[in-house]
Amino acid sequence: MRPLTEEETKTMFEKLSKYIGENIKLLVDRPDGTYCFRLHQDRVFYMSEKILKLATNFSRDKLISVGTCFGKFTKTKKFRLHITALDFLAPYAKGFGVAAKSTQECRRVDPMSIVVFHQADVGEFIRSEETLT
Amino acid sequence: MAACSVEELLAKAEQEEAEKLKSISVEKELDLEFDVGNLLACDKNRIESRDFRERGKEDFLRSLARDNTQLLINEIWKLPTERNEEVLVAKLPEQTTRLPREKPPPKPRPPTRWEQFAKLKGIQKKKKTNLVWDETAKEWRRRWGYKRANDDTKEWLIEVPGSSDPNEDQFAKRNKAKKERVAKNEFNRLKNIARAMKIKTPGVGLLPKAQQSKDELLKAVSVAKTSTASVGRFQDSLPKEKPPKNSGKKRKFDPLIGDFSSEKQKQLELLQVMGNKTPKLDLTKAVNTQMREEDREEAAARRRKGRKMPGKGGKGKGGKAGGGKGGKGKGGKAGGGKRRGKPGKQ
Repeated sequence: MRPLTEEETKTMFEKLSKYIGENIKLLVDRPDGTYCFRLHQDRVFYMSEKILKLATNFSRDKLISVGTCFGKFTKTKKFRLHITALDFLAPYAKGFGVAAKSTQECRRVDPMSIVVFHQADVGEFIRSEETLT
Repeated sequence: MAACSVEELLAKAEQEEAEKLKSISVEKELDLEFDVGNLLACDKNRIESRDFRERGKEDFLRSLARDNTQLLINEIWKLPTERNEEVLVAKLPEQTTRLPREKPPPKPRPPTRWEQFAKLKGIQKKKKTNLVWDETAKEWRRRWGYKRANDDTKEWLIEVPGSSDPNEDQFAKRNKAKKERVAKNEFNRLKNIARAMKIKTPGVGLLPKAQQSKDELLKAVSVAKTSTASVGRFQDSLPKEKPPKNSGKKRKFDPLIGDFSSEKQKQLELLQVMGNKTPKLDLTKAVNTQMREEDREEAAARRRKGRKMPGKGGKGKGGKAGGGKGGKGKGGKAGGGKRRGKPGKQ
């Protein structure tokens, strides 16, 4: 297990910012505790410092997972985000669906036009199972 | 009275003798199985539980043990005896019971480097003859070892080859080559053993070479400097000696539990840089894009010249529009070279 290098952090933040934009700093700097990202066998884990200190007691080959896995780095050093990160991304997500207009058009459009089709959210049924009738 | 007592005494003595004799011979339904070599006697007779309960357990067991031991001793007395320092000793025969293994059987040893290679290539072992005909000695000599056939170190006359130094001692050269071959073989044999027993061996280190490059010399200097009792701390360096460039780990990572606040600071700064509106200029990308655009414009211009008059207007328009788009694209590309992770402002 080791902390991420500058480049790795950059790649990861770029990927995350595509989903949650500027709110990454809310993940980095939390009011309720120090949380950190650590790399273990090409996987990025997000955990509190308490858990991190407990995890140092395990040897590398016996340690399987710490905290939540956000994703992994592929062989060519690209970052692949995993579904296990959803719990942390969902509260800060920026809209959820298929874009109705291209990026350039979205900029010049009036405030009342449709920009996103809420049709690609496959997991909504499971997520809001209690609230849906 | 005396006569009666004498008679009684005699009768008693006789009775005791009979008992003694009886005690030597033991009656058993089934004969015991003896392994005298191990001093082992196996009694397969049934035990009557009635007897066991009636007579009292301790007594029954004691008498049973006494009987069986007596039989075993009788067997030992049947063996050939010899007198050893005034002590009568019986020679025990071979053990007939097979005892199980004390320790687990040894594992087969892993194949050596040659054996691995041979298996890979499919090389079979060829059985060779023990003796080889030696032409010079005109007799059969062994293939290797003492007084072997065709031993080149034992020749009394060696022609000096044309390419070598005339003052060189050819006999010594052959002897040295043989010693080196022997040493190499021994070294490889020991390496095979170490690999089989999984013993870690220290590295070879720097080997002496005839011509050394600059890097190797520098490395040798630094190794020699640190090979002191204080690991080079009190060694003076030469006037123009530079400290070694990259000694130690090839890649260094941050410690696992470093300063959390500084880590946080660095990440926040990184986010800030990423979120900036003014993008940084990537010089190489800008230059490449510029060159590409120039090439494209040249190609377009050449095509325009090649076409005839009616096509010229259309081509001109197309060319200009292409040029305009290229220009905007160029600016956008050069500007957005380093601009990434646009904070989701769609």
